[in-house]
Amino acid sequence: MEFAELIRTGQAQAELLRGPEEPPLRGTLCITGHHLMLSPGPQATPDLWLLLLRNVDSIEKRVAGDSGTITLRCKDLRVLQLDIEGVEATLDIARSIEALSSLESVITSFPFFYRPKGLRLGDAWHFHPPECYYKRVARETNAWRLSEANEDFSLCPSYPRAVIVPRAVDDSALARSARFRQGGRFPVLSYYHAPSGTVLLRAGQPLTGPQKRRCSEDEDLLRAVLAGARPGARGFIVDTRSPQAAKQARMTGGGTEAKAAYPGWKRLHRPLETGRPLQESFVRLVEACGDLEQSMDRWLNRLESCRWLSHVKETLSTACLAAQSMEQEGACVLVHGAEGTDSTLLITSLAQLILDPLSRTMAGFQELIEREWIQAGHPFQLRCAHSAFSHARPKHEAPTFLLFLDCVWQLGRQFPLSLEFGEGMLLALFDHAYASPFGTFLCNNEKERCLCEVRTRTHSLWSGLSQPKEQRKLRNPLYVPNPLAIWPSAEPQSLRLWQGDPPPPPWRSSRLCSASLPVLFLLRPVSARDPST
Amino acid sequence: MEHIRTTKVEQVKLLDRFSTSNKSLTGTLYLTATHLLFIDAHQKETWILHHHIASVEKLALTTSGCPLVIQCKNFRTVHFIVPRERDCHDIYNSLLQLSKQAKYEDLYAFSYNPKQNDAERLRGWELIDLAEEYKRMGVPNSNWQLSDANRDYKICETYPRELYVPRIASKPIIVGSSKFRSKGRFPVLSYYHQSKELNAMANRAAGKGYENEDNYSNIRFQFVGIENIHVMRSSLQKLLEVNGTKGLSVNDFYSGLESSGWLRHIKAVMDAAIFLAKAIEAESASVLVHCSDGWDRTSQVCSLGSLLLDPYYRTIRGFMVLIEKDWISFGHKFSERCGHLDGDPKEVSPVFTQFLECVWHLTEQFPQAFEFNEAFLLQIHEHIHSCQFGNFIGNCQKEREELKLKEKTYSLWPFLLDDQKKYLNPLYGSQSQKSAVLEPNTVSFNFKFWRNMYHQFDRTLHPRQSVFNIIMNMNEQNKQLEKDIKDLESQIKQRKNKQTDGILSKELLNSVRPESPALKATLSLKEQALLPVNDVLRTIEGSSPADNRYSEYADEFSKAEPAVVSLEYGVARMTC
Repeated sequence: MEFAELIRTGQAQAELLRGPEEPPLRGTLCITGHHLMLSPGPQATPDLWLLLLRNVDSIEKRVAGDSGTITLRCKDLRVLQLDIEGVEATLDIARSIEALSSLESVITSFPFFYRPKGLRLGDAWHFHPPECYYKRVARETNAWRLSEANEDFSLCPSYPRAVIVPRAVDDSALARSARFRQGGRFPVLSYYHAPSGTVLLRAGQPLTGPQKRRCSEDEDLLRAVLAGARPGARGFIVDTRSPQAAKQARMTGGGTEAKAAYPGWKRLHRPLETGRPLQESFVRLVEACGDLEQSMDRWLNRLESCRWLSHVKETLSTACLAAQSMEQEGACVLVHGAEGTDSTLLITSLAQLILDPLSRTMAGFQELIEREWIQAGHPFQLRCAHSAFSHARPKHEAPTFLLFLDCVWQLGRQFPLSLEFGEGMLLALFDHAYASPFGTFLCNNEKERCLCEVRTRTHSLWSGLSQPKEQRKLRNPLYVPNPLAIWPSAEPQSLRLWQGDPPPPPWRSSRLCSASLPVLFLLRPVSARDPST
Repeated sequence: MEHIRTTKVEQVKLLDRFSTSNKSLTGTLYLTATHLLFIDAHQKETWILHHHIASVEKLALTTSGCPLVIQCKNFRTVHFIVPRERDCHDIYNSLLQLSKQAKYEDLYAFSYNPKQNDAERLRGWELIDLAEEYKRMGVPNSNWQLSDANRDYKICETYPRELYVPRIASKPIIVGSSKFRSKGRFPVLSYYHQSKELNAMANRAAGKGYENEDNYSNIRFQFVGIENIHVMRSSLQKLLEVNGTKGLSVNDFYSGLESSGWLRHIKAVMDAAIFLAKAIEAESASVLVHCSDGWDRTSQVCSLGSLLLDPYYRTIRGFMVLIEKDWISFGHKFSERCGHLDGDPKEVSPVFTQFLECVWHLTEQFPQAFEFNEAFLLQIHEHIHSCQFGNFIGNCQKEREELKLKEKTYSLWPFLLDDQKKYLNPLYGSQSQKSAVLEPNTVSFNFKFWRNMYHQFDRTLHPRQSVFNIIMNMNEQNKQLEKDIKDLESQIKQRKNKQTDGILSKELLNSVRPESPALKATLSLKEQALLPVNDVLRTIEGSSPADNRYSEYADEFSKAEPAVVSLEYGVARMTC
């Protein structure tokens, strides 16, 4: 496919409005295969303004007289307005943006063309494979081994090649357990809590079905987990669905672990929303934040009814429950919902942040995201196809990863000294998950990434972020290593909407000192105010 | 004390207000003339001043004893279980008596003795001088003068003796105006805004009805619709009911916040103050503020507007001056609004609390514009109810003089100034915010629930680490380092002067090596400064899962709960 076919325009004169806090930019607008570019001329700062077309979530055009206006709502929640000279030019630019921003092909996406100075291909891709984490585990216990049974992704397409499993279970048993679990996601080690000797596992739901099928290898696997921990150890299965939903899943071939089949394991149901309801919650929240004129009552009402903070609370308290089971009760914990690629990962990754001081360092946090989100098979491509502004009916979209980042932000607010990374890091991850020049968040799982040769043909976000210039924006200057577990309060009074405090604009010299517009629920460099209103 | 029948009860349990696991502390309850004191098994003391008690409730007897719930004006709620009903009854009755005094002379301030002599006490009262403050504002001047019309409180009992009025306002004009205004509260100067080109002022008066525009030249009206004291009182009541609920869901919290209307009221006060500040700053207009009596909403708007306009009021001392001027001297009825005495409950209203909350919202939006921090606001709030100091006792200056407060009680301000270090905002100091007129943004989502006020005693809801100490230490460290740089530079200069030939000697180079005493001092200072950081880590407040409610549904945990739970919030377990 040639991008040129989709680019219907040459250049046009335009003015760009980026919100009330920033001065408008005027200059020449043009479109390339991946970017919208505005060049205000060599004297101006910045001398070139760039927007990754992939970042465009929705586009709206209007023409009047001999000019037109395009409003772009971006996946990173920015709202931009372009006033363009010429009706034809406006329509052509709008059509080009529409076509280019919705390309689905991975291998023609920008990361495959992005070649920044100072970075070498393949550099940071070897930072965080499961093998590294296994070395950490093996130093503490020999109850676990690294299995390459999934070398060719035949057991589980959404798992990486190597996974950590009980030493007592061989590869053929793993294969049978995989057939008993949704998506082939057999129980694997997510985190080893050395102080208590307990482990955190994750999996997909068991395929018990209406006949209440059982799988002895799967049962053996979980028995081996308890045996490897310590004699008489207990286990908790945290099911992220309600008991009714778990029961209902049997009708469609899924289900949940039967009590009698897994002695020593006790099931806890903590329902967490995923998928469509979560996406709708996100859309309604962003809608509510975009209305600057609403009364206090209306705002509080919308904040309540969008339920976003309820999701934050439920997620945090479930993660705390899992962490508490391990640290305080000395129990092993297995987390799963249905597919085991969404709420499951929320809980396992947050529980680690609570318990593991290493995961709160800059490097440890990147490792956690690589291991517990990217390699664990969270389908980023599907979930982050659209953000909150898209008019398209959501299919597989859900802001699960954003919910994770929000929970981490809440942790950081309650423990302002204990995370080595700051809000800047969380915002960068949000931006890059939805639209990025780097390959890290491309595709849905390791299998797809291998097919697309993401690792050899794109740059890793982690090497991009390791540039000293970037690091300054990502670090928490107040960080002091904290060897303890960090137990947050998940009460509604302790949670806050993630809104961000924009830095005071440096150019402001008037005597009046206005509070910078505190924008959306995320800190955006550009205001959420729709410039067209 | 005739009200106290039982002074000591043992084996009393103190329940955690938000815990669902019935976890409690056991200890001894003491009743003194001024305080209720609970000492738990770890010797941790909880002091509750009788004047802080808003309500005492005795609940139905349970198997473990008789529950006694005390709600305080500083938003502390304690839930005791007294083993024997008779003891509970005695304490209940005593507290009912002790928390509601009939006479001013029985308030704590009249017996409180901080061991100062008369001269020290008097100096304390003279610390904040309003005559000085008007001078600072730039009055008297060619347009404004000091009027002696109210010298004997003859024109208006609730105004101070000294009032500033326009030079052209003769005594007959003042008398006439005062007869036309509710309670004789005729328009007087509250704040005079000086800037290079213009002079504008905010003044205040009482209303009851409003001015007919035809009769006043060159005037514009603005109604800002702040609700009356009764609406505010019930709004706070609703808010407290909501946030006091056990196991509160996010939805119940926000729908309760909405239906209480509390943040809507806060926004209305803030919007009015912004209107005032804008009129004065941007339009150079003078502003007359009034409500019906002119001592509640008027005080809120005048003081908050002045705070937006004048950076002086954002300093620790300036804030004290502001409260003395706009609230105390102009007759905000502190004793009635705070319910100091056993009086009409319909006169109680959180008007001043709302003012403090507005200031807190400003500190959130302008973190560098205030010399003081949140703790300062909380401490002032504590003392408007404590009746420990004389400042807030009585309802107007005339009454305060009659009570001889300056002879019989102490002023709060010198004590706060002595403790100044605790109340400093480490971020204060950016020139742009320090000197500017503040223009807050009152978009609805900028208003947040003030957790640290309404849950100041519920430690489990608080952030577990404070940035405050760290930044304070860093600032100290920076100051020391800057001083060291200067010292070293001056040493270099001296030596250069000595060696006129300009050759850099070995000796000179040595002087800036790490062995140099100055640098060594710096290094050791650094170590010292870092110590408290570790302390912070060791005592992470509430950081134990048992204090939270994650396991609410996991009933199987309760039986496995370790026998010794760290009862003191705050002792985090070592995990490594």
